[in-house]
Parts: sequence; C-alpha cells; structure tokens
Amino acid sequence: MNPTRLAFIRSTLCRHFRKDTNSARPLEGLKIIDVGCGGGILSEPLARMGAVVTGIDAVDKNIKIARVHADLDPGTSNIEYSCTTAEKLVEEQRKFDAVIALEVIEHVANPAEFCKSLSALTTPGGATVISTINRSMRAYATAIVAAEYILHWLPKGTHQWSSFLTPEELALILKRASVSVKEMAGFVYNPLTGRWSLSDDISVNFIAFGTKDGQ
Amino acid sequence: MNRLLARRFAGNSCLVRVPWRSFCDAAAVNSGTAQAKHAEKQRLTSHSEEYDVAIVGGGMVGMAVACSLASMSLTKHLNVAIIDSNPALVNGITIKKEDPPDPRVSTVTPATISLFKEIGAWEYVQQHRHAYFDKMQVWDYTGLGYTRYNARDVSKEVLGCVVENKVLQSSLLSCIQNADIRKTVFPARLTSMNLNPSSIPTELNGTSSTSPWRGFARLELSDGTCIHAKLVVGADGSKSNVRELSGFKTTGWNYAQNAIICTVEHTVENNCAWQRFLPSGPIAVLPIGENFSNIVWTMSPNESSELKSLTESDFIKSVNHALDYGYGPHPKSSSARDGDLSWFGAGLTSSAGEGFTVPPRVVRLASERMVFPLSLKHANSYVAKHVALVGDAAHTVHPLAGQGVNLGFGDAFALSRVIGEGIAVGSDIGEVSLLRRYEAERRPANIVMMAILDGFQKVYSIDFGPLNIVRAAAFNAANYFSPLKRNIISYASGEQRLPLFT
Repeated sequence: MNPTRLAFIRSTLCRHFRKDTNSARPLEGLKIIDVGCGGGILSEPLARMGAVVTGIDAVDKNIKIARVHADLDPGTSNIEYSCTTAEKLVEEQRKFDAVIALEVIEHVANPAEFCKSLSALTTPGGATVISTINRSMRAYATAIVAAEYILHWLPKGTHQWSSFLTPEELALILKRASVSVKEMAGFVYNPLTGRWSLSDDISVNFIAFGTKDGQ
Repeated sequence: MNRLLARRFAGNSCLVRVPWRSFCDAAAVNSGTAQAKHAEKQRLTSHSEEYDVAIVGGGMVGMAVACSLASMSLTKHLNVAIIDSNPALVNGITIKKEDPPDPRVSTVTPATISLFKEIGAWEYVQQHRHAYFDKMQVWDYTGLGYTRYNARDVSKEVLGCVVENKVLQSSLLSCIQNADIRKTVFPARLTSMNLNPSSIPTELNGTSSTSPWRGFARLELSDGTCIHAKLVVGADGSKSNVRELSGFKTTGWNYAQNAIICTVEHTVENNCAWQRFLPSGPIAVLPIGENFSNIVWTMSPNESSELKSLTESDFIKSVNHALDYGYGPHPKSSSARDGDLSWFGAGLTSSAGEGFTVPPRVVRLASERMVFPLSLKHANSYVAKHVALVGDAAHTVHPLAGQGVNLGFGDAFALSRVIGEGIAVGSDIGEVSLLRRYEAERRPANIVMMAILDGFQKVYSIDFGPLNIVRAAAFNAANYFSPLKRNIISYASGEQRLPLFT
C-alpha cells in the first residue's frame, strides 16, 4: 500500500506547494512531520524526495528501529526521530509545512482533539494528510474479518470497528480544527495482481488531504 | 566539453590508472598524465565512492540502461558507475566507412528502434551503416511451402533494421557521453561482490556503530578498487559474473549446434531477409547495407569446423548451394490469382501474392568466418536485494529469429523505467519489492519468446515425413492466413508483448 499512499501524497503536496512533479526531489524545502511513523516506512521515502522529515511515535522501540534503518542510506540519515506525541510538540510550539498521520486516528482515544493537535502543528496555509479506515460494512468485512481473522495480515484486535471514522465525520472534525479537506481518495486491493491502487472508492481505506485555514 | 569530462573522470578518487583520452585533443593527453598521477595519490588515501547504480558490463545492453537512465528527468541525477575492462569504453570506438561490415550484427526490431529514438540514440546509428528491410522469406529444404512477409501487411514501412554491433555500441556510447548524467567508467573486471555487507545488530541501544556502507552493495574490482552501489545491474553477458556471484541458478541446455557467421557480398543490393531451414539448422541472410549481407548458418559442430576450413571459393559455393537447390527443391510459387486461394476470402495480405524468389547469389566473402556454440540459458530469478540482471546475463536464446538483443534492450528500458517509478515515490532503488516489478514485467514475456524459439529449433531439426508436411502446412498457413501472419509480424516486431490474438 505504501507506494500508492506516497503517490497520493506526492501529487497533492506538489500541486499545493507548486513544486515540479518531474523532479526527483520535489519536496525539497518542505518541513514534514510523520505522526505515528512506526519503523519509518513513510518518513524514509519522504526524505528521499527531498523533505526535511521529523518522525514521531509513542512507542520507543519503533523509534529505535526507525533510526537504525534510516542510517543505512545516506539519503535518509538526517531524519529526526523522537519518541513523543503530537500534543507534546504542540506545547513546544513546533510548526510544519505538512503534517501527515497515516493509519493513526483510528487508534486514538479522542479523534477530535487529535485533529486539533495536528492542525496546531501545521503552519497556516500548510497541508494536513490523514488516512484511516471507513466505518462501513464493507470495511468490517475486509479490514477486520478478512485481514485479521482469515488472512492474518494483522494481529486480531488491531482495529475496533466502532472507532473507525466515516469520511464525512473526518471532514467535519477537521473543519472544526480549521483544516478544510480538499481531496479524498480510496485504496483498493486487487487480489489477482496483489497490488494496491488509488481509486474513487472510499468505502474501506481512504486518505484525505486538507489545507490549514489562514493565509 | 571533452576536456571537462576528461578532467572530471581522471580526477575521481580510486579509479582510472589510464588517463581518459579525449577523441581529438592532443593537449588533453598531456594534462591527462599529470592528473593520472594525482588520481593515483588520491586513490591511496581516499575512501571508495558511493554510486546509485553500478552497471557491470558496458556492452550494448549495459549502455542502453545507462542511456535510458540519462534520458528520464526522474533518473538523470543518479550517479552511475560502468564497470568493463574493454578499452573501447575509455578510448571510443572508431568506425571507418570504408571497412567492410563486421560479421557480428544484430537485427533491431521496430519496437527497439522507437525506444532508441526516445532516448536520442538512433540519430547516432543513422550516421553509420545500417540497413532497413521490409521483406522476409522463410522456407525449408522440403520444397513444400514458403512464407513471405512484408511490412505493408501490417501497414508499416519496415520489418526491422540490421546494424553492426559495433555501430550500436558506439551510438550508445556517443549518446551517454553527450548526456549530463554523472557517469564513471571503471576499466576493470568485477572480482567479488557482497550484497549484504553486515547484518543488523541485535542490541538496540541507540548508538550508531554501524558502518556507513550497510545499505549498499560492495563491489571489488580486478585493479584493487572497491566501490559501493545501491543497485548493481548485471549486463555482463551469457557468462555473467554478477549472476554467478549473486548465486542465481540457471536452467538451460546446449544445442548440439554451432553458428557460423560471416559477411558476404552480392552483385546487387539485397533488401530482403531470407531464412531457409536445412536438415541440420537454418541459414539466414540479412541485408547489412550496400551490396553486403550477413550470413548466420546454424549446423552441427562437425559441419561447422568443416565449413570453416574450406577455401573461400568452396565456402561461397556451399552457401549458394544451401540457398538455392541444395538439400531439396524450390517450393512451388503461387499467386493470389489462383482460384483455389479464393476461399481464404478478402483481406489477403499483399505478400501472399508474392511468388517465391531465390536469394541473390553470393560472389565474395568479405570477412573472416566466426563460429559460436549455441545454447539456451535462463536465470531462475532476475533480481535480488541490490541486484538485477538484464540481457544475455538473464537469458540466452537461439539466434534463429534475431530476437536475442531485442529482449535485452526490452529488459534495459523496463528496468530503467521501474527505477524511475521507484524514485517517484522515494523508494530505495535496491529494494527487492521494487525490482520484482521489473522481473514480473520481463520474465514472462522473455520465457514465452524463448519457448517459441526453442520450439522452432526443435521442430525444424527433425527430418520426418509427416512432420515435414505439418511444417509445410504451417508455412502455407502463415503465408495465406492473414490474421496469423499479421500477428506473427507484430509479435516479432516487438509491438506485441505476448503472441496472443489480442
């Protein structure tokens, strides 16, 4: 799924910040934070695309793994990793051109407060990108029953269906946090080719790109 | 421009003991020796450099990878190393117009020609000898059938172009020299390679005690230099060192056949490609330009050593014999006006109306005769972490349809495109998941082509009455059944990836 998510992020950020899409490092000059970075699976490609990346995660083990892996490639060795939360960074008054939180919001206790923190970390006129799973019947069947219980792609209990957000709810809480959702897309999996692709179908996995009001 | 290049290349650490000689500037040679001494001194003290891509093998396919990377905006910033001990890569290839054609030639399909045009290398090919052909005739010794193909059957102008390998190589070399991608030539052989320099430490105590080269492959060369690269491209031919060192297994067998190749001259210009299947293997005549043709004659090893030792005039007699009445009669020529063809309906290709013709007589041998053993070989996997195989390193085929190097060029362009797609989403270009996309694209298509060529080789090496009649029926079917003929031409031209009626 990662190349597909990156394709969406690359295209929306390039368009928003008016960067050249044919460049090998189109995100040069942008400060980006990857909230819930895990092992760095998103942070590293963003750094290779030229961005100055900060990766944060609440689990210290993830940060350690991410740092070791990032040191293998000179192109990613300047990613700043720290074990902290978005709320703590808001207190430190950090600001970023783009705030990205992929597959995080379905695990937080209070999504509305989380969106407010993400918005506070974004400079006015900057970008906020959130991806999550839709609270739909199809998502229950695929992301929970199939992924956790049948195919064992994820450990059982990774996701709680009740904590999924619908695209409308996400757009609403982002709007209350001063972020207007500009684009949304879905990810679909083709079992024959084993590949994910971007689509208009937001009924299971979806990603939203929004811009912070002001400026 | 050449002197700038010369200085950049000679000044690089741990490299070239031979100073880069520019093509026409004598002054550069003097400055070159001073820089060579400087380079030597630097080599002893500096660390090895890091490269994004290390192409092992600077032949046609390896250089095609380099040129293709240089031509795309997403990949032209990459730092490329080319490892090949051939001095031609450093000194350039001089081609004199008055030289007769070299017997080592390749038939380039229209698909390959358009790929070359895309990267801007075809204009260099056009400056040297090259021969387009728009007609082809295939028949066998039984005289029971023949097929004539014409580019007009698929509304094209050419079926392919025959070019000497040295022209292809020199064109790609000129193309890369004029491109502004960072490239360094290492005139040495690869002696050893380490794709996983060390394992990840189990103790995660936060200290970074890892070597700075862990995300790279490490290559050691025969002159003692060592370089690091994110991706190693194995373009070093059928006896690939990269393939051996990476531990890729291969499947394949030797054909009990050798091929004799040579250049011959006619009294008239030849503009058709001819192939006649004889009992021990096909003889092919390809136009190479002016009144010259290239002969590829496949036969058993004993026959090939016999023919190689014949005098020139006896050899020419055998060639003419093989192309004419040797081994069997001419097929009966039929024209579309014959009543019994009318049930094929409308839409007969124009070449179905062309009668059988004998190839032009050979009057002179214009080069030495070279003999090569033939085999089929296929790597069981093309990619692994930090390494990808292209061209003959991945697959070796029978030359009977002139497809070999076209498969290689197909690989080269596919790999560079996949690299570009990876860079677009910030991937590490040595990652297996990215390289597998290249393998998934090329391997099935290559296997199908190899199976077809192998099938032909086996079917045509048996002289058995009923089988001969089946083969003759196949010739006639291909000649008169237009959808089949168009399909064959499309597939052989590289326009279609798989030989299905799509």
